[in-house]
Amino acid sequence: MTETPQHLIIAPILIPLLAGALMLFYEDRDRQTKFIISLGACAAMLVVAIELLLRSKGEGPSGGNQIGLYLLGDWPTPFGINLVLDRLAALMLVIASMLSLPALVYAYAGWQARGQHFHSLFMFQMMGVNGAFLTGDLFNLFVFFEIMLAASYGLLLHGSGPDRVRSGMHYIVINLVASLFFLIGVSLIYGITGTLNMAELARQMPYMEAEDRPLVHAAMAILGLVFLVKAGIWPLGMWLPAAYQSASAPAAAIFAILTKVGVYVILRLGFLAAGPAGGPSSGFGAEVLVAGGIATMIYGSFGILGSPAIGRMAGYAVLVSSGSVLGAVGLVLQGGGVTMLSGALYYMTASTLGLSALFLLVELVNRGQGSAAAMLALSADLYGAPEDAPEEEQKGIAVPATMTVLGLCFAALAVLLAGLPPFAGFLGKVIILSGLLQGGQGGTTASWIFMAILIVSGLATLIALMRLGVQTFWSSGEEEGPKVLAIELAPIVALLLAVVVLTWQARPVMRYMEATASALHRPDVYINGVISAERTSDREQEAAE
Amino acid sequence: MEIVLALAIGTLVASGVWLVLRPRTFQVIVGLCLLSYGVNLFIFSMGRLRVAAPPILPKGETIDPSLYTDPIPQALVLTAIVISFATTALFLVVLLAAQGFTGTDHIDGKERDQ
Repeated sequence: MTETPQHLIIAPILIPLLAGALMLFYEDRDRQTKFIISLGACAAMLVVAIELLLRSKGEGPSGGNQIGLYLLGDWPTPFGINLVLDRLAALMLVIASMLSLPALVYAYAGWQARGQHFHSLFMFQMMGVNGAFLTGDLFNLFVFFEIMLAASYGLLLHGSGPDRVRSGMHYIVINLVASLFFLIGVSLIYGITGTLNMAELARQMPYMEAEDRPLVHAAMAILGLVFLVKAGIWPLGMWLPAAYQSASAPAAAIFAILTKVGVYVILRLGFLAAGPAGGPSSGFGAEVLVAGGIATMIYGSFGILGSPAIGRMAGYAVLVSSGSVLGAVGLVLQGGGVTMLSGALYYMTASTLGLSALFLLVELVNRGQGSAAAMLALSADLYGAPEDAPEEEQKGIAVPATMTVLGLCFAALAVLLAGLPPFAGFLGKVIILSGLLQGGQGGTTASWIFMAILIVSGLATLIALMRLGVQTFWSSGEEEGPKVLAIELAPIVALLLAVVVLTWQARPVMRYMEATASALHRPDVYINGVISAERTSDREQEAAE
Repeated sequence: MEIVLALAIGTLVASGVWLVLRPRTFQVIVGLCLLSYGVNLFIFSMGRLRVAAPPILPKGETIDPSLYTDPIPQALVLTAIVISFATTALFLVVLLAAQGFTGTDHIDGKERDQ
């Protein structure tokens, strides 16, 4: 049977690359055009991601767990560079593009004018994120990581101002050092195994010489450190709340996916190289993930309770979310079972969407309180846009009864992030917990602590967000409230609707998550899919004969 | 030769780490440069140390691979150099911006006793 190579797999990388490069040719003042190009690119990315997700669901000989493979330059595996699409990668692509569209629309309301090259940076960021999800090769993972980080440095500094520059500087130093660790880990793995291909590495893992294994473990630990820095695990995540708080709202909304890139790579490499299936390396590093996840949840909960401002709270909420997911992943790597992992994936999806919406909402709520307005005025001064600003304030429809609408959105997000019914956060946590109780890891001390902290961190989130909500929205009503444009509110509502759909359609979504989780537990499908891949030229020869 | 290379990498990384932990932005950036030199040498050494062995194979001949050195670490080093160069340049710009905003070269934007 002949088939053309699935060129669609490379589209999530090419679309933002081309759109971002194209926009560099336009003058920065021509923001309308740039916005239309970016919007088209984001919509195309979303369509492609959903199509890839539907394809990766396909009925295959391995029980619908086929992987899509794209050999760049048609070099044979494991020598060539490849892109691999499986259920997990497709899921992450969909989450990323679901976040990008609202953030972009929100930026149109004003943020795009408060600095240069917002749209190009945004597109390059998406390219790095999508590439990191798709690549099947460690060194390309590094390259896409760097693309993603370089763009995120620019986005974090977007709008300028002393706060952003200071936290941006810390963010850049930490990530540069982490990148150096990444290189050490990658080259160590290459030096020992002679390959950078993830599937080939996973194939070699069970057969490794006993004296080589400690070195590979050291390399994996160094790599894990890098991804844990990205995921913001305690004590490597101290930089995160400050950086996310000072980033502009649309940038912070898209940064919600960056921590999940770290989680994704840990899931991918963890299950390929140290999965619970067996082998002497099985479960390597899982204790660190469990302990780190629990510590991160505790640190994040205290941070949320102690934060004076909603922006900082949102930063700590990111930590709580990634701590919960990392802890759950650690328990699953020790043999926690498929149900628990699917719950963790579901929770991750819901909380990422919720956090992204929260970051957008933070700015609108702060707008009425003066501090943010002063910061906006400062950045407008720097970029010489004071004559632009009033004009842009006028466009679009202002939302009536602002505080009521914002308050409703805020309450929904608080309920979602705290993990209370009826939203998806609750379902995710319940599935994690029931998976924990049924699975192989129920009853151990670590699992009881994890369970308790998971629930208590939800309580802490709820207390802190409600306290803040009461102060902000139930304050004496003489003030009119901030002026909020419909185009600023629509992205938040859209993200909330996505969460509602996720909750309402929980059954098909959970079925997909379960299939993803069981595919992760069977790395041989991934490995065989990559290793035994045929080149296109071979296939053509066969067809000719 | 191994001991010389190992000492060189160790010295570079040790100085780099010390400098990165200093409070001045200029020290941090020099530290990052030294660290990246150390890491680049490390990547290079992961292809095993060979003297007078070319990494590029001639076209169309049957060759003995043992006469050639591994080309992949060299390609990796090249990529790593370019990327760390670019990000360091970007960091330099941020450093200057921070100095402009705060008037100090302290990494936190203010002196400790202020």
